[in-house]
Amino acid sequence: MLYQFAVSPDFSPNFLPGWYVFNTWLQKQTKQNFHLEIYQSFQAQQEALSRQEIDLMYASAFDAAMLVRENGFLPVVKAEGFSDEAVIVASAENPINEIIGLSAGTKVAITANPDVYMMGMIMLESADLSANNIQFVNCDTYVTVAKQLLRAQADVGFFLAEAYDAFSDTIKSKLKVLVRSQISLIHHCLIVGSNLTHQRAELQKILLGMAQNEKGRSALKSLGFSSWVSVDDENMAFMIDVMNALAS
Amino acid sequence: MIYDMKPDDIAGIYQATTLHLFCGISRRVFYSDIETPFPDGKLIVSITDREGIITHVNKAFVEMSGYTDEELLGSPHSILRHPDMPAFAFKELWDTVSVGGRWQGYVKNLRKDGGYYWVKATVIPNIRDGKIVSYTSIRRKPSRAKVEECIEIYRRLSAA
Repeated sequence: MLYQFAVSPDFSPNFLPGWYVFNTWLQKQTKQNFHLEIYQSFQAQQEALSRQEIDLMYASAFDAAMLVRENGFLPVVKAEGFSDEAVIVASAENPINEIIGLSAGTKVAITANPDVYMMGMIMLESADLSANNIQFVNCDTYVTVAKQLLRAQADVGFFLAEAYDAFSDTIKSKLKVLVRSQISLIHHCLIVGSNLTHQRAELQKILLGMAQNEKGRSALKSLGFSSWVSVDDENMAFMIDVMNALAS
Repeated sequence: MIYDMKPDDIAGIYQATTLHLFCGISRRVFYSDIETPFPDGKLIVSITDREGIITHVNKAFVEMSGYTDEELLGSPHSILRHPDMPAFAFKELWDTVSVGGRWQGYVKNLRKDGGYYWVKATVIPNIRDGKIVSYTSIRRKPSRAKVEECIEIYRRLSAA
Protein backbone atom coordinates (compact mmCIF):
# COMPACT_ATOMS: atom_id res chain seq x y z
CA MET A 1 0.00 0.00 0.00
CA LEU A 2 1.17 3.51 -0.76
CA TYR A 3 0.67 5.88 2.14
CA GLN A 4 0.38 9.64 1.66
CA PHE A 5 2.68 11.73 3.83
CA ALA A 6 2.16 15.50 4.08
CA VAL A 7 4.16 18.21 5.80
CA SER A 8 2.50 21.34 7.12
CA PRO A 9 3.02 24.14 4.58
CA ASP A 10 4.52 26.46 7.20
CA PHE A 11 7.88 24.69 7.44
CA SER A 12 10.97 26.67 6.55
CA PRO A 13 11.89 26.28 2.84
CA ASN A 14 15.47 25.67 4.04
CA PHE A 15 14.31 22.24 5.22
CA LEU A 16 12.47 21.17 2.07
CA PRO A 17 15.25 18.74 0.97
CA GLY A 18 15.33 17.45 4.53
CA TRP A 19 11.76 16.22 4.38
CA TYR A 20 12.59 14.17 1.26
CA VAL A 21 15.61 12.73 3.08
CA PHE A 22 13.38 11.90 6.04
CA ASN A 23 10.78 10.27 3.80
CA THR A 24 13.45 8.04 2.21
CA TRP A 25 14.81 7.10 5.65
CA LEU A 26 11.29 6.33 6.90
CA GLN A 27 10.51 4.06 3.97
CA LYS A 28 13.70 2.07 4.51
CA GLN A 29 13.08 1.69 8.22
CA THR A 30 9.41 0.78 8.00
CA LYS A 31 9.62 -1.14 4.71
CA GLN A 32 6.48 0.74 3.72
CA ASN A 33 5.87 3.06 0.78
CA PHE A 34 5.26 6.71 1.59
CA HIS A 35 4.63 9.39 -0.98
CA LEU A 36 5.65 12.81 0.31
CA GLU A 37 3.30 15.55 -0.82
CA ILE A 38 4.26 19.14 -0.13
CA TYR A 39 1.18 21.34 -0.31
CA GLN A 40 1.75 24.92 -1.31
CA SER A 41 -0.86 26.33 1.03
CA PHE A 42 -3.00 25.47 4.05
CA GLN A 43 -6.02 25.58 1.77
CA ALA A 44 -4.58 22.96 -0.60
CA GLN A 45 -3.71 20.79 2.39
CA GLN A 46 -7.20 21.22 3.80
CA GLU A 47 -8.73 20.10 0.51
CA ALA A 48 -6.56 16.96 0.54
CA LEU A 49 -7.61 16.27 4.14
CA SER A 50 -11.26 16.61 3.26
CA ARG A 51 -10.72 13.99 0.53
CA GLN A 52 -9.07 11.80 3.21
CA GLU A 53 -5.89 11.65 1.15
CA ILE A 54 -3.40 12.03 4.00
CA ASP A 55 -2.26 9.08 6.11
CA LEU A 56 0.78 10.55 7.87
CA MET A 57 1.23 14.23 8.55
CA TYR A 58 3.70 16.55 10.22
CA ALA A 59 0.93 18.88 11.28
CA SER A 60 0.75 22.31 12.82
CA ALA A 61 -0.69 22.39 16.33
CA PHE A 62 -4.03 23.68 15.06
CA ASP A 63 -4.33 20.99 12.39
CA ALA A 64 -3.13 18.25 14.74
CA ALA A 65 -5.71 19.27 17.34
CA MET A 66 -8.51 19.37 14.78
CA LEU A 67 -7.56 16.07 13.13
CA VAL A 68 -7.16 14.20 16.42
CA ARG A 69 -10.38 15.61 17.86
CA GLU A 70 -12.57 15.30 14.78
CA ASN A 71 -11.01 12.85 12.31
CA GLY A 72 -9.60 10.08 14.47
CA PHE A 73 -5.92 10.83 13.84
CA LEU A 74 -3.51 9.78 16.59
CA PRO A 75 -0.38 11.60 17.77
CA VAL A 76 2.99 9.86 17.39
CA VAL A 77 5.96 12.14 18.05
CA LYS A 78 7.09 15.77 18.13
CA ALA A 79 10.50 17.33 17.64
CA GLU A 80 12.39 17.60 20.91
CA GLY A 81 12.86 21.14 22.19
CA PHE A 82 10.60 22.74 19.59
CA SER A 83 7.41 24.66 20.24
CA ASP A 84 5.39 26.85 17.92
CA GLU A 85 5.85 30.49 18.75
CA ALA A 86 4.82 33.67 16.95
CA VAL A 87 6.46 37.05 16.52
CA ILE A 88 4.83 40.35 15.70
CA VAL A 89 7.15 42.33 13.51
CA ALA A 90 7.26 45.88 12.15
CA SER A 91 9.51 47.68 9.71
CA ALA A 92 12.68 48.93 11.41
CA GLU A 93 11.62 52.41 10.30
CA ASN A 94 8.28 52.22 12.11
CA PRO A 95 8.44 54.56 15.14
CA ILE A 96 6.41 52.10 17.23
CA ASN A 97 8.55 49.83 19.38
CA GLU A 98 6.03 47.89 21.42
CA ILE A 99 2.55 46.45 21.05
CA ILE A 100 1.00 48.97 23.40
CA GLY A 101 1.87 51.70 20.89
CA LEU A 102 -0.46 50.24 18.25
CA SER A 103 -3.95 51.64 17.80
CA ALA A 104 -7.27 50.88 16.12
CA GLY A 105 -6.97 50.74 12.34
CA THR A 106 -3.57 49.05 12.43
CA LYS A 107 -2.88 47.09 9.24
CA VAL A 108 -1.79 43.55 10.09
CA ALA A 109 -0.21 41.29 7.46
CA ILE A 110 -1.06 37.64 8.07
CA THR A 111 -0.76 34.26 6.40
CA ALA A 112 -3.37 31.48 6.59
CA ASN A 113 -1.47 29.76 9.44
CA PRO A 114 -4.13 29.42 12.17
CA ASP A 115 -1.64 28.84 15.02
CA VAL A 116 0.26 32.01 14.26
CA TYR A 117 -2.96 33.95 13.83
CA MET A 118 -4.20 32.79 17.24
CA MET A 119 -0.96 33.62 19.02
CA GLY A 120 -0.64 36.96 17.24
CA MET A 121 -4.17 38.00 18.16
CA ILE A 122 -3.58 37.06 21.81
CA MET A 123 -0.55 39.34 21.87
CA LEU A 124 -2.47 42.23 20.27
CA GLU A 125 -5.23 41.94 22.87
CA SER A 126 -3.25 43.83 25.50
CA ALA A 127 -3.33 46.87 23.18
CA ASP A 128 -7.15 46.60 22.94
CA LEU A 129 -6.87 45.38 19.38
CA SER A 130 -9.10 42.66 17.99
CA ALA A 131 -10.37 41.47 14.62
CA ASN A 132 -13.07 44.12 14.95
CA ASN A 133 -10.77 47.14 14.93
CA ILE A 134 -7.78 46.20 12.79
CA GLN A 135 -7.34 45.68 9.06
CA PHE A 136 -5.92 42.42 7.75
CA VAL A 137 -3.61 42.20 4.77
CA ASN A 138 -3.76 38.57 3.62
CA CYS A 139 -0.52 37.07 2.31
CA ASP A 140 0.42 33.68 0.84
CA THR A 141 3.81 33.37 2.52
CA TYR A 142 5.94 34.91 5.25
CA VAL A 143 8.17 36.43 2.56
CA THR A 144 5.11 38.32 1.30
CA VAL A 145 4.36 39.44 4.86
CA ALA A 146 7.90 40.84 5.11
CA LYS A 147 7.50 42.61 1.76
CA GLN A 148 4.26 44.23 2.92
CA LEU A 149 6.09 45.64 5.94
CA LEU A 150 9.07 46.86 3.93
CA ARG A 151 6.76 48.56 1.42
CA ALA A 152 4.80 50.16 4.28
CA GLN A 153 1.63 48.45 3.06
CA ALA A 154 1.14 46.92 6.51
CA ASP A 155 2.06 48.24 9.97
CA VAL A 156 2.85 44.91 11.58
CA GLY A 157 3.00 41.29 10.47
CA PHE A 158 2.51 37.93 12.16
CA PHE A 159 5.22 35.31 11.60
CA LEU A 160 5.91 31.84 12.84
CA ALA A 161 9.01 32.61 14.95
CA GLU A 162 10.95 29.78 13.32
CA ALA A 163 10.21 31.17 9.85
CA TYR A 164 11.15 34.72 10.85
CA ASP A 165 14.38 33.56 12.46
CA ALA A 166 15.31 31.75 9.23
CA PHE A 167 15.27 35.02 7.24
CA SER A 168 18.65 36.41 6.18
CA ASP A 169 20.35 38.98 8.40
CA THR A 170 19.87 41.52 5.60
CA ILE A 171 16.07 41.18 5.72
CA LYS A 172 15.98 41.08 9.52
CA SER A 173 18.05 44.26 9.71
CA LYS A 174 15.17 46.06 7.96
CA LEU A 175 12.59 44.71 10.41
CA LYS A 176 12.15 44.66 14.18
CA VAL A 177 10.36 42.29 16.54
CA LEU A 178 7.80 44.04 18.73
CA VAL A 179 6.93 40.95 20.74
CA ARG A 180 7.74 37.24 20.70
CA SER A 181 5.45 34.65 22.26
CA GLN A 182 6.87 32.34 24.94
CA ILE A 183 3.97 29.93 25.20
CA SER A 184 5.97 26.66 25.04
CA LEU A 185 2.83 24.47 25.00
CA ILE A 186 1.88 24.36 21.34
CA HIS A 187 3.88 22.32 18.89
CA HIS A 188 3.85 20.61 15.52
CA CYS A 189 3.22 16.92 15.76
CA LEU A 190 3.57 13.86 13.55
CA ILE A 191 0.16 12.23 13.43
CA VAL A 192 -1.30 9.16 11.74
CA GLY A 193 -4.69 8.77 10.09
CA SER A 194 -7.02 5.79 10.13
CA ASN A 195 -5.03 3.77 7.57
CA LEU A 196 -1.97 3.88 9.78
CA THR A 197 -3.27 3.95 13.34
CA HIS A 198 -2.55 0.22 13.69
CA GLN A 199 1.13 0.98 13.04
CA ARG A 200 1.34 3.87 15.50
CA ALA A 201 3.34 1.99 18.16
CA GLU A 202 5.78 0.59 15.60
CA LEU A 203 6.26 4.00 13.97
CA GLN A 204 6.78 5.60 17.36
CA LYS A 205 9.42 3.01 18.28
CA ILE A 206 11.30 3.54 15.02
CA LEU A 207 11.21 7.32 15.28
CA LEU A 208 12.23 7.40 18.95
CA GLY A 209 15.28 5.36 18.03
CA MET A 210 16.15 7.57 15.08
CA ALA A 211 18.84 9.56 16.89
CA GLN A 212 20.65 6.39 17.94
CA ASN A 213 22.42 5.76 14.63
CA GLU A 214 24.40 7.89 12.23
CA LYS A 215 21.98 7.79 9.28
CA GLY A 216 19.04 8.63 11.51
CA ARG A 217 20.90 11.53 13.13
CA SER A 218 21.88 12.83 9.71
CA ALA A 219 18.26 12.73 8.51
CA LEU A 220 17.13 14.49 11.68
CA LYS A 221 19.79 17.14 11.19
CA SER A 222 18.47 17.80 7.69
CA LEU A 223 15.16 18.75 9.36
CA GLY A 224 16.88 20.93 11.98
CA PHE A 225 15.92 18.48 14.75
CA SER A 226 18.03 16.56 17.25
CA SER A 227 15.51 13.84 18.10
CA TRP A 228 11.84 12.94 18.37
CA VAL A 229 9.95 12.59 21.63
CA SER A 230 6.71 10.69 22.01
CA VAL A 231 3.32 12.37 22.19
CA ASP A 232 0.75 10.22 23.93
CA ASP A 233 -3.01 10.69 23.96
CA GLU A 234 -2.93 12.67 27.21
CA ASN A 235 -0.19 15.01 25.91
CA MET A 236 -2.35 15.69 22.89
CA ALA A 237 -5.53 16.08 24.94
CA PHE A 238 -3.74 18.69 27.07
CA MET A 239 -2.57 20.61 24.00
CA ILE A 240 -6.13 20.54 22.65
CA ASP A 241 -7.40 21.86 26.01
CA VAL A 242 -4.86 24.67 25.89
CA MET A 243 -5.78 25.58 22.34
CA ASN A 244 -9.48 25.56 23.18
CA ALA A 245 -8.80 27.89 26.07
CA LEU A 246 -6.72 30.22 23.92
CA ALA A 247 -9.14 30.25 21.02
CA SER A 248 -11.69 32.34 22.89
CA MET B 1 -2.15 23.38 52.33
CA ILE B 2 -2.51 27.13 52.58
CA TYR B 3 -0.91 29.28 55.24
CA ASP B 4 -1.28 32.85 56.47
CA MET B 5 1.02 35.25 54.67
CA LYS B 6 4.11 36.37 56.57
CA PRO B 7 4.94 40.06 57.09
CA ASP B 8 8.61 39.25 56.49
CA ASP B 9 7.79 38.23 52.91
CA ILE B 10 6.05 41.52 52.09
CA ALA B 11 7.70 44.29 50.10
CA GLY B 12 6.77 47.93 50.72
CA ILE B 13 3.94 49.44 52.73
CA TYR B 14 1.08 47.02 53.20
CA GLN B 15 -2.39 46.49 54.62
CA ALA B 16 -3.75 43.39 56.32
CA THR B 17 -7.05 41.56 56.20
CA THR B 18 -8.47 38.08 56.65
CA LEU B 19 -9.98 36.35 53.63
CA HIS B 20 -12.70 33.75 53.95
CA LEU B 21 -11.92 31.46 51.05
CA PHE B 22 -14.31 29.43 48.96
CA CYS B 23 -12.93 26.18 50.36
CA GLY B 24 -14.15 27.11 53.85
CA ILE B 25 -10.87 28.23 55.37
CA SER B 26 -9.61 31.63 56.43
CA ARG B 27 -6.31 33.19 55.49
CA ARG B 28 -4.52 36.24 56.84
CA VAL B 29 -3.15 38.21 53.90
CA PHE B 30 -0.96 41.28 53.53
CA TYR B 31 -1.18 43.36 50.39
CA SER B 32 0.52 46.39 48.92
CA ASP B 33 -0.08 48.74 45.99
CA ILE B 34 2.87 47.42 44.03
CA GLU B 35 1.87 46.06 40.62
CA THR B 36 3.97 43.64 38.61
CA PRO B 37 3.13 44.07 34.91
CA PHE B 38 2.24 40.91 33.03
CA PRO B 39 5.14 40.12 30.66
CA ASP B 40 4.47 40.43 26.93
CA GLY B 41 4.13 37.16 25.03
CA LYS B 42 3.93 34.85 28.04
CA LEU B 43 1.13 32.68 29.39
CA ILE B 44 0.65 31.51 32.95
CA VAL B 45 -0.59 27.93 33.01
CA SER B 46 -1.74 25.77 35.89
CA ILE B 47 -3.77 22.64 36.38
CA THR B 48 -5.80 21.87 39.47
CA ASP B 49 -7.62 18.78 40.57
CA ARG B 50 -11.39 18.82 40.92
CA GLU B 51 -11.08 20.40 44.37
CA GLY B 52 -8.97 23.29 43.10
CA ILE B 53 -5.66 21.98 44.44
CA ILE B 54 -2.76 22.93 42.18
CA THR B 55 -1.12 19.92 40.49
CA HIS B 56 0.88 21.61 37.72
CA VAL B 57 2.46 25.04 37.24
CA ASN B 58 4.60 26.49 34.50
CA LYS B 59 7.64 28.72 34.88
CA ALA B 60 5.71 31.93 34.22
CA PHE B 61 3.34 31.10 37.08
CA VAL B 62 6.26 30.69 39.48
CA GLU B 63 7.86 33.93 38.28
CA MET B 64 4.70 36.02 38.49
CA SER B 65 3.31 34.65 41.77
CA GLY B 66 6.62 34.87 43.64
CA TYR B 67 6.07 31.41 45.14
CA THR B 68 8.28 28.40 44.47
CA ASP B 69 7.01 25.31 42.65
CA GLU B 70 6.99 23.47 45.97
CA GLU B 71 4.88 26.16 47.63
CA LEU B 72 2.34 26.18 44.81
CA LEU B 73 1.94 22.45 44.20
CA GLY B 74 -0.55 21.03 46.69
CA SER B 75 -1.97 24.48 47.56
CA PRO B 76 -5.47 25.59 46.68
CA HIS B 77 -5.56 27.99 43.74
CA SER B 78 -7.00 30.57 46.17
CA ILE B 79 -3.43 31.09 47.38
CA LEU B 80 -3.55 33.88 44.75
CA ARG B 81 -6.82 35.40 45.97
CA HIS B 82 -6.55 39.17 46.34
CA PRO B 83 -8.87 40.97 48.80
CA ASP B 84 -10.00 43.34 46.02
CA MET B 85 -11.57 40.43 44.12
CA PRO B 86 -15.25 39.90 44.90
CA ALA B 87 -16.18 36.41 46.07
CA PHE B 88 -18.93 36.44 43.45
CA ALA B 89 -16.41 36.12 40.63
CA PHE B 90 -15.00 32.87 41.98
CA LYS B 91 -18.41 31.42 42.74
CA GLU B 92 -19.38 32.10 39.14
CA LEU B 93 -16.13 30.48 37.99
CA TRP B 94 -16.75 27.25 39.94
CA ASP B 95 -20.45 27.17 39.06
CA THR B 96 -19.46 27.36 35.38
CA VAL B 97 -16.53 24.96 35.12
CA SER B 98 -17.93 22.30 37.46
CA VAL B 99 -20.74 21.67 34.97
CA GLY B 100 -18.39 21.50 32.00
CA GLY B 101 -18.41 25.15 30.91
CA ARG B 102 -15.58 27.55 30.15
CA TRP B 103 -15.07 30.62 32.36
CA GLN B 104 -13.26 33.74 31.33
CA GLY B 105 -12.65 36.88 33.32
CA TYR B 106 -10.20 39.51 34.51
CA VAL B 107 -8.55 38.68 37.80
CA LYS B 108 -6.34 40.61 40.21
CA ASN B 109 -3.94 38.09 41.73
CA LEU B 110 -2.02 38.43 44.99
CA ARG B 111 1.70 37.74 44.95
CA LYS B 112 3.68 36.20 47.78
CA ASP B 113 5.36 39.58 48.37
CA GLY B 114 1.99 41.32 48.79
CA GLY B 115 2.06 42.91 45.34
CA TYR B 116 -0.42 42.11 42.61
CA TYR B 117 -0.78 41.41 38.91
CA TRP B 118 -3.79 41.50 36.62
CA VAL B 119 -4.56 38.69 34.18
CA LYS B 120 -7.17 37.70 31.67
CA ALA B 121 -7.95 34.20 32.88
CA THR B 122 -9.59 31.34 31.03
CA VAL B 123 -10.50 28.23 33.01
CA ILE B 124 -11.66 25.06 31.29
CA PRO B 125 -12.57 21.62 32.59
CA ASN B 126 -10.34 18.80 31.35
CA ILE B 127 -12.82 16.18 30.21
CA ARG B 128 -11.63 12.63 29.63
CA ASP B 129 -14.04 9.85 28.67
CA GLY B 130 -16.91 12.20 29.37
CA LYS B 131 -15.83 13.04 32.93
CA ILE B 132 -14.21 16.14 34.39
CA VAL B 133 -10.85 15.01 35.74
CA SER B 134 -9.17 18.37 36.39
CA TYR B 135 -9.18 22.03 35.39
CA THR B 136 -6.71 24.04 33.33
CA SER B 137 -6.29 27.74 33.90
CA ILE B 138 -4.49 29.89 31.37
CA ARG B 139 -3.72 33.53 32.08
CA ARG B 140 -2.63 36.08 29.52
CA LYS B 141 -1.77 39.77 29.46
CA PRO B 142 -5.02 41.73 29.79
CA SER B 143 -6.17 44.82 28.00
CA ARG B 144 -5.52 47.81 30.27
CA ALA B 145 -8.88 49.33 29.38
CA LYS B 146 -10.65 46.11 30.50
CA VAL B 147 -8.66 46.13 33.73
CA GLU B 148 -9.73 49.71 34.46
CA GLU B 149 -13.37 48.70 33.87
CA CYS B 150 -13.00 45.72 36.22
CA ILE B 151 -11.39 47.78 38.99
CA GLU B 152 -14.55 49.88 39.13
CA ILE B 153 -16.95 46.91 38.80
CA TYR B 154 -15.17 44.85 41.47
CA ARG B 155 -15.05 47.85 43.82
CA ARG B 156 -18.82 48.25 43.54
CA LEU B 157 -19.44 44.50 43.93
CA SER B 158 -17.17 44.26 46.97
CA ALA B 159 -18.91 47.24 48.61
CA ALA B 160 -22.40 45.85 47.98
